[in-house]
Amino acid sequence: MKVSNEPLWWAFFGAGGALSALCVPALLFLVALAMPLGWIETPSYEAARALVHHPLARLFLFALISLSLLHWGHRFRYTLYDGLQLKHLESLIVLFCYGGAILGSVFTAFVLWQL
Amino acid sequence: MSDPTRYRKYHPKLYRTRMPIFWWVRKRAHIHFITRELTSVFVAFYAIELLFLLRTLTLGPEAYDAFLAWLQTPLALGLNTIAFLMIVFHSITWFNLAPKALVIRVGEVRIPPVAIAGLNYAGWAVFSAALAWFILTA
Repeated sequence: MKVSNEPLWWAFFGAGGALSALCVPALLFLVALAMPLGWIETPSYEAARALVHHPLARLFLFALISLSLLHWGHRFRYTLYDGLQLKHLESLIVLFCYGGAILGSVFTAFVLWQL
Repeated sequence: MSDPTRYRKYHPKLYRTRMPIFWWVRKRAHIHFITRELTSVFVAFYAIELLFLLRTLTLGPEAYDAFLAWLQTPLALGLNTIAFLMIVFHSITWFNLAPKALVIRVGEVRIPPVAIAGLNYAGWAVFSAALAWFILTA
């Protein structure tokens, strides 16, 4: 019997959904709205680097970004199936969604490693 | 028997009623469902935006300043406003569904769903406050 890898993707989907639900509203509001609009002070380049330099900060950012992408991959796959009735393009959609999320995670690890 | 049996999941020749692509626009509950499912696009959008912001920190102060300047353009502010609203919708729908996915029993007693949802919202407040503290004291 072929073992389904669905539970694995679902676990990533669940972890990413929970982590993004907890963190992204505050992070997006502060970094992408409050700072550009001048409501709060934007950290300097050096201060921003110092903020993300701690290994735990980078680990957190890796978990947040990669799990968010995997959350998207799994959910968007089924959105395409249900919303657009594209069940017959299954292998292409699976490649695009999970492949994209995995590529994004590898790139995230690469960027965070360089910091 | 070199070929393993293959099952096709899609049977174009079997009779099946075609669903129109916009099947979900007629009912409120369906629009709610599709909106909830589409929040994942904005979760990914923010993940990529954050990734590119972090990348500028490896490239130098000019790249960082250029990214901050882009964040101030009307296009970026518009996109981020929509993304913020969609992700808040994601958080609310996620926390409200959590009690259905997470049925915890202590002995015979099931922990009431309201308590689990309440814990999720409390966690949301704690995470938001912690992130704000880290960013505002940077």
